Amino acid sequence: QEKLDMSMYPVESIRNFSIIAHVDHGKSTLADRLLEITGTISKADRNKQVLDKLQVERERGITVKAQSASLFYNHEGINYLLNLIDTPGHVDFSYEVSRSLSACQGVILVVDANEGIQAQTVANFYLAFEAQLSIIPVINKIDLKNADPERVEKQIEKLFDIPTDECIRISAKQGTNVEKVLQKVIEKIPPPQCNTADPLKALVFDSTFDHYRGVVANVALFGGEIAKGNKIVSAHTKKRYEVSEVGILTPNEQPTHKLYAGQVGYLIAGMKEVTEAQIGDTLFLYKQPVEPLPGFKSAKPMVFAGMYPVDQTEYNNLKSALERLTLNDSSVTVHRDSSLALGAGWRLGFLGLLHMEVFNQRLEQEYNMSVILTAPTVPYKAVLSSAKLIKEYGKDEITIINPAQFPDKLSVSEYLEPTVLGTIVTPHEYIGKIIALCQDRRAVQKDMLYIDENRVMLKYVFPLNEIVLDFYDALKSLSSGYARQQVPYLPRERYQAADLIKMDILLNGNPVEELSTIIHNDKAYAAGKLLCERLKEAIPRQLFEIAIQAAIGKKIIARETLKAYRKNVVAKCYGGDITRRMKLLKRQAEGKRLMRKIGNVEVPRDAFIRVLKRETDK
Amino acid sequence: QTLCPQWPYCRKRCSYCNFNTYVVPAVDEAAMRACLVREAHTLLRLSQVHSITSVFFGGGTPSLASPHTIAAVLEAVAGAAHLPASAEVTLEANPSSTDTSRLTSFRAAGVNRLSIGVQSLDDAELRLLGREHTAAEARKAVEAAGRLFPGCTSIDLMFGLPGQSRDAWAQGLEAALGLCDDHISLYQLTLERGTALAAQVRGGTLPLPPQDLLADMYQTARTVLVAAGFRHYEVSNFARKGALSNHNLSYWRADQYIGVGPGAHGRFVPQGSCSREARVQTLEPVAWMREVQSQGHGTRSRVVLSPLEQLEELLTLGLRTDEGVTHERWGHFSPQLSLQAVFGVPGEAWALQEQGWLLLDGSSLRCTWAGLAVLDSLLPDLLCQLQRR
Repeated sequence: QEKLDMSMYPVESIRNFSIIAHVDHGKSTLADRLLEITGTISKADRNKQVLDKLQVERERGITVKAQSASLFYNHEGINYLLNLIDTPGHVDFSYEVSRSLSACQGVILVVDANEGIQAQTVANFYLAFEAQLSIIPVINKIDLKNADPERVEKQIEKLFDIPTDECIRISAKQGTNVEKVLQKVIEKIPPPQCNTADPLKALVFDSTFDHYRGVVANVALFGGEIAKGNKIVSAHTKKRYEVSEVGILTPNEQPTHKLYAGQVGYLIAGMKEVTEAQIGDTLFLYKQPVEPLPGFKSAKPMVFAGMYPVDQTEYNNLKSALERLTLNDSSVTVHRDSSLALGAGWRLGFLGLLHMEVFNQRLEQEYNMSVILTAPTVPYKAVLSSAKLIKEYGKDEITIINPAQFPDKLSVSEYLEPTVLGTIVTPHEYIGKIIALCQDRRAVQKDMLYIDENRVMLKYVFPLNEIVLDFYDALKSLSSGYARQQVPYLPRERYQAADLIKMDILLNGNPVEELSTIIHNDKAYAAGKLLCERLKEAIPRQLFEIAIQAAIGKKIIARETLKAYRKNVVAKCYGGDITRRMKLLKRQAEGKRLMRKIGNVEVPRDAFIRVLKRETDK
Repeated sequence: QTLCPQWPYCRKRCSYCNFNTYVVPAVDEAAMRACLVREAHTLLRLSQVHSITSVFFGGGTPSLASPHTIAAVLEAVAGAAHLPASAEVTLEANPSSTDTSRLTSFRAAGVNRLSIGVQSLDDAELRLLGREHTAAEARKAVEAAGRLFPGCTSIDLMFGLPGQSRDAWAQGLEAALGLCDDHISLYQLTLERGTALAAQVRGGTLPLPPQDLLADMYQTARTVLVAAGFRHYEVSNFARKGALSNHNLSYWRADQYIGVGPGAHGRFVPQGSCSREARVQTLEPVAWMREVQSQGHGTRSRVVLSPLEQLEELLTLGLRTDEGVTHERWGHFSPQLSLQAVFGVPGEAWALQEQGWLLLDGSSLRCTWAGLAVLDSLLPDLLCQLQRR
């Protein structure tokens, strides 16, 4: 295969851009169309949404993995190299989005001609705006019946301050005006400001793992050039590698002799794990270190869930499935954990709820594993006041993930909980209900403004633990699906002081370790009551009364009582044959062996599952 | 050793019944009789049973069979084994097929004990249960039976009907006490899947009786009956003046029994074997008759019971009685490992004794008064302990 010569494309002929949009507004369709027009893929292929490769991506209509494609286009006599950097479609991945955007000089902002500006449109706009990128507004789906591009243009002008005449009205599906978009990209988006004469400075904005060739890192060059044989260093890990292949993506890998400053492509350099090529990392030549590109962050998980195999015999299968799945997803953190109730398992950290759901779905679809997911928790912090503890931990501020680690009030000067800034876009008739919902979730309103006569945008600071379980569902159901919420990347890690407590569950006075939770004091009673109720349904009656209690320290805040059996004997052993009866009794005897005993209370294993399980599929 | 012939026909199906019984327009009595006789003969010969201590005609509604059939079966038994005059011969009967002349014929045929399915002495309750008789008819039947089988008449009663109140049950008990002979079988209504009554409760047209009410009704019954001189000798069975059912006692002691007829169950050691087997005869009457005609018996399944399984059954059945499982009886099934060795050491049985549900002493392992009511909560623990040893 002949290698391409990328020196034919000087910096002035390069345009690096991305397409950003709210879910389903047509980002991927537009990308397909651009690939077709530039001959990158043939019209005959008609592969709808070529760039979305994973099944789960196709099903949910989202992009999980950022990809890129280099397009070649001749405009007014000049051959241009247009690098389209696709971005993940959900704001759980906004860190990835922000890194991809830092490799661009402009974005195409796609808005649905009927739906208009939505929550993620806004979130993505701010990302692009803060990165000081040129923004080309495109109004899509004008072919549909309810399209109202004029209205949307006005929204764009009002919210983003972009004149209406800059909007391009297109139908990505039919190809209408798509060529105009390409031309606008060339005209409006500036070429990258960088020099091949500078030392190599490459941004890693994605990486995938290939079984035969190892890690394939997607890079954007901010300076210098790179070729096979170069020795490079990772700014983050400080490890050294030798480049074995470079190339561009069309969107499949196509090797080239070199990659030059301003260009976008991939490299393979003998890295064995994707954690060696983390998103946002900077690569430079050995002996020529550069100032690393700003904004690099190690993946910081914000939502945790316990993951256990349904049966302990499945442990090893689940272990290898997790290993393989995380090969290509360095943002999932994995720690071994074990629960007395559920056996050996893991505590996984995700960037957000969607990340967790997608991960779980991939486990089921690609590895055929079904698991028990326990309710997600968030990382709390405590500022210690006890000298003894400070010495033990080596610092005065600690992060708490496990309720067992929760330090007592007496040893703490302040507890902290993580917060996020969320944007909600809703039709105005639901404002009242939404405000009430947010208040109930202890959120603080930061802003409220009308997008147009019908829709409002609300900004709230939410405690993360209040939205991590079912906020999306609650919001959707009370607005009949019309309201949408997005939680952008910045500022993700703000912590605020919070009145946190540890709530224990007791059975006849004995604590059930597996069910302890860290929770805000205001929410303790409701949560405790719910837990007690669910536990009451899940434990079978026994020969004595069982008191199920929720407690904070010594104080009981909720209680359910499971009455004792006063009669439990089969009336008649029918007509001679007790075979069926014996089978049932022996099954119960078997079950007894698997029960967990808390004090004298026998708790079947599936009781914990029922109580701890995250409610999915409402 | 006992024999249990089945008459699998009824005139209608009661709303709570899920037994192997059939409602047909006409019964080929002669064919049925011939097959019952044939199978009884075959199985007796095939077993190692030489002497029969009791015969229990169940079903279905055995009182619908003709006395001629009853006589024929008893004759077949006497022909293939020893049937002493002292053997207990019970017939289950419905009030609507028990007039005095009929009963007299049954007695002449060899029946010496009658078990009448009264179930309730309240007409509304009887309708709910789908019974085909009235309370008045039930009374007449019991009175007639009491005259012909004095001291040997038993009545069946049910409690825990949907919507039944504590008071209604108390009244029902009182009425039954005024009428009964010396044996009562008391059953809590169990809603079996597939029955009309269960469907009604599931569908919401009838209420599900609350657990606590059922417990109260049972305790009330026990107390009242004991006060009236009855011995509560098994979970569901009460007798006074020594009128215990030998047949049932045999069953709870895990003696051998031979089931004859469609759907009949048996437990015995056949010729040429040392192992006790669990047997079931073919369920459907027509199929069963064909098999009996061609092979002499219609045994659908035979499963050898392991020593552990036999002990498990002995435990499950024996603990239902006030006598419990005696050391001797246990020793018959477990010569090497005594009752004491299994349950007399620290473990589940020990704990249950400390909690007052169980007793192990020189004569037997048995439930206490309180323990009997919650036996099914005790059994899994005991089975666990037995399995370990």
